Amino acid sequence: MTVVTPLSSVLLVISASVIGSFGAVFLKLGAAPMQKGLKYILNGRLLFGIALYIGSSIPFVMGVRHGELSVLYPMVSTGYVCTMIWSRIFFGEPITMPKLGALLIIVAGIICINVGGR
Amino acid sequence: MQNTTPAPRSRKPVYMVLGCTVFAAAAQIMMKYGATHAMPALDLNNSATVMPFLLALITNYPLVLGYVLSAGNAMLLILALRDGQLSTLYPIISLTFVWVNLLSIYLFGDHMNLWKGVGILLVITGVGVLGKASEAA
Repeated sequence: MTVVTPLSSVLLVISASVIGSFGAVFLKLGAAPMQKGLKYILNGRLLFGIALYIGSSIPFVMGVRHGELSVLYPMVSTGYVCTMIWSRIFFGEPITMPKLGALLIIVAGIICINVGGR
Repeated sequence: MQNTTPAPRSRKPVYMVLGCTVFAAAAQIMMKYGATHAMPALDLNNSATVMPFLLALITNYPLVLGYVLSAGNAMLLILALRDGQLSTLYPIISLTFVWVNLLSIYLFGDHMNLWKGVGILLVITGVGVLGKASEAA
């Protein structure tokens, strides 16, 4: 069985990943007030984060509609790279060698899974 | 106000994100089923097509279940992110690939091969390194 994965699907899944990475940033921003108690779950940042997360599933579902999951899922790794950069910018989290190494290993792993999925 | 002493970082957020990956994998599989579910055509210029589409959308159970699982995933992720670093926790979500690939072999008849095996091992290794990094950070 041959399934062709169109470029539009790839771009949709990458868009979903980048939107999702911003979603993670706002989830973390919105999670901070919850240190004071779970009732602080309703705050604008968290809701925006959830909206981005849910929103990102729309291009994701549109993307996976055509093409192979094994080709499309590796595109999600762009979100991990973005998130590490946003973590540095927005939360001052250092980009350390173990983190960078782990990210490279993970991306390599995802690419391998992609190659194996062809 | 923090009600805990600033002890060394615990692994709890890491375990919570590991839980997220199980939810996320199940959600993605469900969304794949949902996306291939037969749906009536939606023409926004023709209001008569809107209701049948919405009705089909909410009775597209795999898709609905996918969203419910995603909500559980998000909830767990929020609680994990409250206590841990985004840069160490977020890439752990990549473990979802491992579950999705293993499930795809079972559900969609995908084949296991050397590349996939190596890839799965690499992702697990990377997540392990991040788990370690989360303690040091």
